Amino acid sequence: MRFVDEYRDPAAARRAVEEIGIVSGGEHRKFMEVCGGHTHTIYKHGIENVLPENVELVHGPGCPVCVIPMGRVDDAINLAEQPGVIFTSFGDMMRVPGSTSNLLEAKARGADVRMVYSPLDALRIAQANPDRQVVFFAIGFETTAPSTAITLLKAKEAGVTNFSVFCNHVTIVPPIKAILESPDLRLDGFIGPGHVSTVIGNRPYRFLPAQYGKPLVTAGFEPLDILQAILMLVRQLRDGRCEVENQYTRAVRDEGNVRALQILGQVFELRPHFEWRGLGFISHSGLKLSEAFADWDAELRFQVPGVRVADPKACQCGEVLKGVIKPWECKVFGTACTPETPIGTCMVSSEGACAAYYNYGRFTREAAASARIPVRSA
Amino acid sequence: MSEAAPEPEEPEGELPKSQEEVVLERIERFRRNRPRLRDDFINSAHGAGGKASAALIDAVFVKAFANEALAPLTDGAVLTLPSGERLAFSTDSSVVNPIRFPGGSIGHLAVHGTVNDVAMMGAVPAWVSAAFVLEDGFPVAELRGIVADMKEAAANAGVQVVTGDTKVVNKGSADGLYICTAGVGLIPADVHLDARSVRPGDRVLVSGTIGDHGVAVMLARGELGIEADIQSDTAPLGGLVAALLAAAPGTRWLRDPTRGGVATVCNELARDADLAIILDEVSLPVRPAVNGACEILGIDPLYVANEGKLVAVVPPEQAEAAVVALRGHPLGGDAAVIGEVRDDPPGMVVINTTFGGNRVVDMLAGDPLPRIC
Repeated sequence: MRFVDEYRDPAAARRAVEEIGIVSGGEHRKFMEVCGGHTHTIYKHGIENVLPENVELVHGPGCPVCVIPMGRVDDAINLAEQPGVIFTSFGDMMRVPGSTSNLLEAKARGADVRMVYSPLDALRIAQANPDRQVVFFAIGFETTAPSTAITLLKAKEAGVTNFSVFCNHVTIVPPIKAILESPDLRLDGFIGPGHVSTVIGNRPYRFLPAQYGKPLVTAGFEPLDILQAILMLVRQLRDGRCEVENQYTRAVRDEGNVRALQILGQVFELRPHFEWRGLGFISHSGLKLSEAFADWDAELRFQVPGVRVADPKACQCGEVLKGVIKPWECKVFGTACTPETPIGTCMVSSEGACAAYYNYGRFTREAAASARIPVRSA
Repeated sequence: MSEAAPEPEEPEGELPKSQEEVVLERIERFRRNRPRLRDDFINSAHGAGGKASAALIDAVFVKAFANEALAPLTDGAVLTLPSGERLAFSTDSSVVNPIRFPGGSIGHLAVHGTVNDVAMMGAVPAWVSAAFVLEDGFPVAELRGIVADMKEAAANAGVQVVTGDTKVVNKGSADGLYICTAGVGLIPADVHLDARSVRPGDRVLVSGTIGDHGVAVMLARGELGIEADIQSDTAPLGGLVAALLAAAPGTRWLRDPTRGGVATVCNELARDADLAIILDEVSLPVRPAVNGACEILGIDPLYVANEGKLVAVVPPEQAEAAVVALRGHPLGGDAAVIGEVRDDPPGMVVINTTFGGNRVVDMLAGDPLPRIC
């Protein structure tokens, strides 16, 4: 496939891995990939097992599904079960556990829950069902927020009044700061979330080298993108540099997408604080609809319980999201908590560190190496 | 690496296990338990062919019907007649939406689904039944068209539709029409297919490009706004099986990778044979358009349904002949060796990625859901 295969070329990968080994000089380096999309790529292509052993990847908080706290899922289920409501959601959220059930179970109980690929689909459902209330479950970082914003602009323009948004959009910089303030983690640098940067650019990360002395390289989502970003990080460390660099030049401009940022400013405003799964309340980390779009805000249109539900005791999603522990170090990983019966959010989305490790990485370096003996064709 | 002496209870010559290894072994033991049904209500995952389906089948159907012929839970039952001849017997329901899609219709699927299940038992499909559940108001002209497709499919498969049933339900109680079929066929005396006969070193083959059917139907629903020229591969596999068995009489095992795709059937094989399946991503035949659609939707073609492909395990010395025979058949032009059976890690499927790494390929959990970013 053009524009994909080039970034999965095994010969180029071998050269990159070799160079990472040489440049890092055997020194132990620990990098966090902030974005769940990167976590997914790393496990799906088996990147961890081909990296030199001294380079360690730690999985970060950038999985939109993983950071939604239980109370918000309960609110979503409550909305879905209100009479006359069609509740629309991305597929990933359907199996995320609330305190007693999930959206898939609510659907089986009779709620009209529909999976959509885009908020525009939800708006179309609203236009086709003028006698019903259609609510869209908006989640995600700055990557998905612009599409929600555009949808709201269109809803306003077309005067669609039976549509509303249950907004759970969050921003990427506050949790990165929260992680850096966490005393139990030592990191040498960050692999920056490329898709978020297509919107916000690279400038918002400048505080990392300036205030915390950590380099960041914004990276694309193919395996070679990630290897190149790691190489750029170990080069910075070798050369004693500490900068924000851009590996994903084919998609990311330093200033980001100015038009998208404008629309975000028009439609959303920062909440004073927002609760994150496992990380607790983080100030100025969540978005809500601005005054001008208050008529489309599901939290204002409907009564929702809005109750804070504590994370299950057994679940260590918070430590996993902060990269303090590896998925397999969680006490319930793989036994009580599996992709079929997830306790924590990290086990639900394919971008969650636990689900990615469970589904793709559940074997040792040695087993991986022995499996790599080529398959004989005949 | 630490030079510390092994723990006293460790067998001599083996390094102490890392904490990660201990956890992995615990998970593996846990994973080998058959999945348990915890749901109070049916949801779409119970019909997706993955772990939830297995849990439902175990907890409800097997528990109630338990008998020797049902026990292997393969695509069909093998029944021994008083004469000593063996019969393969299978059943299938077709509920596809939309009922017409590029490359076929629910009529083709209803016949092919059943005859292919019979063929995967090594049998020659001969007779088929057809039961129709029709929604009040369904156009007769459309029913005629679907039945004409079934006639065509049956003729191509060399089977006769010999019995049937018709029911009409209230408007809204069904989505147009559903078709349930059953099929039987005789298994030639010299054919013995069984996952337990699979040995390390055996090769895993697929008869052609994967994921065509599932992607064609998904796109035909028109909800995704993706247009691509992708046709369902729906086809009867009896002829292909005959060609394969003639060229590779040592063939150990056959499955048609329908719901849950190649990944799911390989996992079932790894579990039933207690061996490892190592797949090679570079060798997987996938049409560029299917690959592209899967990339966009965030799904893996390994888990996408096929309706005209088979996965076979053959002894290494017959692998080449098997590929040549499959490629010589009109339905097997893209046949390829895609993997190898090994000892380790038992019960697991691992794929070596194009990029040069590898990952576990597990059973599907839940319904295949697209990633959002």
